[in-house]
Formats: sequence, C-alpha cells, structure tokens
Amino acid sequence: MIELENVAYSYGGGELLSDITLKLAPGSFHFLTGPSGAGKTTLMKLCYGALLPTAGQVRLFEADVRSLTRDDVAMVRRRVGVVHQDCQFLDHLPVRENVALPLHVSGRSQEAEGEDLNDLLHWVGLTERAHALPPELSGGERQRAALARAVIMSPDVVLADEPTGNVDWEMSQRLLRLLIELNRMGKTVLVATHDLSLIRATKSHVQARVLRIANRRIQLAGADL
Amino acid sequence: MIRWPRFLKGLLVSDAQADRVVPPSGYTARLTVFAAGAMAFLAVFALALSLASGRLAVRWGDELGRSATIRIAAPADQQQAQTEAALRILETTRGVQTARALTTDEQADLLAPWFGADLPLDALPVPQLIEVIETSEGMDPAGLRLRLAAEVPGAVLDDHSRWRAPLVKAASRLRLLGWTAIILIAAVMAAMVTLAANAALAANAQVIAVLRLVGATDSYIAQAFIRRFTLRALLGAFAGMALGMAAVSLMPRAGDETASFLTGLGFQGWHWLLPLVLPPLAAFVAFVATRLAARRTLEELS
Repeated sequence: MIELENVAYSYGGGELLSDITLKLAPGSFHFLTGPSGAGKTTLMKLCYGALLPTAGQVRLFEADVRSLTRDDVAMVRRRVGVVHQDCQFLDHLPVRENVALPLHVSGRSQEAEGEDLNDLLHWVGLTERAHALPPELSGGERQRAALARAVIMSPDVVLADEPTGNVDWEMSQRLLRLLIELNRMGKTVLVATHDLSLIRATKSHVQARVLRIANRRIQLAGADL
Repeated sequence: MIRWPRFLKGLLVSDAQADRVVPPSGYTARLTVFAAGAMAFLAVFALALSLASGRLAVRWGDELGRSATIRIAAPADQQQAQTEAALRILETTRGVQTARALTTDEQADLLAPWFGADLPLDALPVPQLIEVIETSEGMDPAGLRLRLAAEVPGAVLDDHSRWRAPLVKAASRLRLLGWTAIILIAAVMAAMVTLAANAALAANAQVIAVLRLVGATDSYIAQAFIRRFTLRALLGAFAGMALGMAAVSLMPRAGDETASFLTGLGFQGWHWLLPLVLPPLAAFVAFVATRLAARRTLEELS
C-alpha cells in the first residue's frame, strides 16, 4: 500500500530523514515513535504525498509519488485518512459538516445526509456535539472529530500524527481503542506518538510493530511490542 | 490542473456545500461587488458615449455628404441672371436631386444670429445661395465646378468637404475613445477582482490546506472561490448597470440629436438592450481573473 525505499528528505540545507525504508502492509498496525523533532510528522507527510522525498522512492498504492499529478495526490488522500495533532478543521462549519467534508469534495454529498454519518458520529461519541463549531470543542472531542473525518471515506490506510497529544490519559485510551477497532476492520494504521506508555498500554489489544526514528533513521524497525 | 468542462459545470450547477467551504470574507466581497458595480456604471456611460458619437459620425457623414451650396457673388444687376444660369446647369447635372435658390427671408434667417433679425438685406451686397441636394450616387464636384466657371463666373461651389471631414473624424475618434474606455474599464475590473481574489486566497491558505488534506482537487477548491467572485461581480455589475441606465435615461433630451451632442448622449431603440451585456461580461472577466489567481495560488501552495 505505502512503501518507502531508501528515502531521504532534506529541508533548508539539513537532512531530516535519511535512508528510510518502510512498508505498510494491508491490515498492519504500526507505531512510529521518537523524540520531538525526530521527523515523525515529516515521515507521515511523505506517506500521503504532502511532501516529496529528496532521495529514494515513495510508492503510494503502487504509484511512484513523483509521477503523480496534484489531482492524483487528491485521489490518494481519499484512500488515506489523516488525523493531525492540530486536527485542522474549517472553523466556520459545524462538526457534522467537517466530518462529512471528504464526502463533499469527492462528489458524494448525498451520503453526507445518510445514516452512516450519524452512526460514525455516534461511534466517536459526538452525536450531541454534531452542530457545534470546532473552536467550541474540547481537545478530545476535536481529536475524535478528526478521526471520524479521517475514516468517513472508509480509507485503506489511517495515519494518525500524535492523535493523543492534547488529551488526557483516559481520552488517549479511548482514541487508541477506536484506532485498534479500525485495524480490526482491516484498515492499515500508522500512529505517530512520542508517548511510549501509550504504546505499552496497547500491547494486549493489538499486534503492532514499533518503528523508532532517531538520528534521521528508523533504528528499531520491526521490533514487536 | 483545472479541467474546464467539469469546472464550468461546477460553476453553473449550484453546490451549496462547495459554496460554504470558503468562509464568508468581508472586505473582499464588498470590494468585488463595489468594483463591479462602479465599473458597470461607468461602462454604461462609455457605451452611451460611443453609440451617440457613432450615430453622429454616420449622420454627419450622410447628411453633409449629400448636400452642397453654390454661392453667387456677382454685381447686383447680374445676380439674378447668373442664379438662373446656375440652376439650369444644376438641372442637367448628373447626381443632383434638387437645387433651389434660398429666398431672401431664408438668407436673412441664416445671417440673423450674427447681424440681428432686422438686417436690411436688400441694402447689402449679399451673395445669393443655392442649396443643392445630391442623389445617393452623388455628383462630380470637379466637373460641376468647371461648368460653373465657364458659364457662371460668379459661382463658387462648396461641397462641405472642408469641414465635414474633421467633424466625421472627430465623431469617429470619440466613438473609438468610448470603446477604449470600455476595454480599460474591463481591465481595471479584472485587476480589482484579481487583487480581491488573491487576498481571499491568501487569507484562506489554511482552508485550502484542510481541503487538500481531505482529498479536494484543485478544480473543487478553485471553483469554490471562482463561483463566489463570479457571482459577486455579476451582482455588482447588474446593480451598476441598472443605476447607469437610470442615469442615462434621466439625462435631458432634445428633439434633434445634432442640435447638441450632450443632449443626444444616450441610447436609442434596441441600443437600450446593449448594457444588458455588461453584467455577463463583468462576470466573465471575474471568472477569468479569479481562475488565473486561483491557479497561481494553488500552484504556489502545493
């Protein structure tokens, strides 16, 4: 699905990532960990075509990312649900419309009125907050809304970048359970987090692989939790 | 890359959600509506000016081109004989439809603006004037001059070409200026809309980032902005056009347009329909300007 081969990424004269090789197989669950500034977000962005590698090859659904047009990248993003740490909402639209946004931009607006959207909001526990504006939400609610938006297109892959960064422990566990549930539905999941305790707490629930970025490289690739 | 057919379809077919993804922006909206309205208002006047000067050019060209004057400046005892001789020549001149000597009263009327109504014309050596109206084919002024020189020594033919040409030229230039003004107005509107669209796109960089994150294509994003600016321009231009047409219709009128250029400034007949072209034209200008601005910004943000 998503493959990185000997990938390097440089910015402003400095190399942020070097010689990264990674393969996200269908149905797999990966944690990506490492200290702040290690390049986790950069690696995530490489995984959905937001950045182009300065060396090596990134293949998204069998296609070399360098050969993709901007419209092709848009199509890729409909198959990859992304949850950012800062969530990134359209603050002038209510939660319900933000969650349904991927349906609208892909020409499936009629589905935004269906029961599936209600079910999804119920699944993330936001039925009561469906008509609130994003700035009115708590950190946990924002993260759950972002997760709902990321999965509404039933993507093949879910990428979550520090999804628990702004929430308490209980909410972190709740979010993680949602991601595990998605993985059990067959989705490929990659979660970037610097919180190792969160990874340990997940041990009994999912067979995950932990990738650690340090010194610009993935150092512990393949280590089982 | 923006695909035109899908793009135009998206512009024409309303998508309420696509309209809502871009937050309502205050000053760029007002700027676009105001600029389109003001430009359409000015364009109505430029159009009226251009059409009125065009009508004048045609009228002056036609009417003056089909008339001539013969002046008989002869001693008093020969003036009547020379006038009759000139009229006989004109009767047999090809291209002359009618020719007649002006009466004493008509000549007095012509001189009245300069000498007053009680001018004793009989006591003055005023030349006799003959008005000549040509057929649509026109006459040969050079040939007529030769015949008059041979048979009526006191006759001078004036075919009005000396002052007709500059008048027609001036009217034509005025018409050209009117059209140039319309083109400049369109260019200024395009510049204003481009500025407003650039400001809106820059202010909504975060919105664009979110839309891209969830899989929006450039066409979808651009359409949201273009549709908004195009409709604003259409609305503003329609209001400006309506006000412009009302102002033109309220301008003082005179029965004879040639009597005064200013009182003839306006639309006649089906020309009243021409300003209706301005709102769609403004919308098209806004469409193109916003599309170019959106394409440039989306490329920069990619």
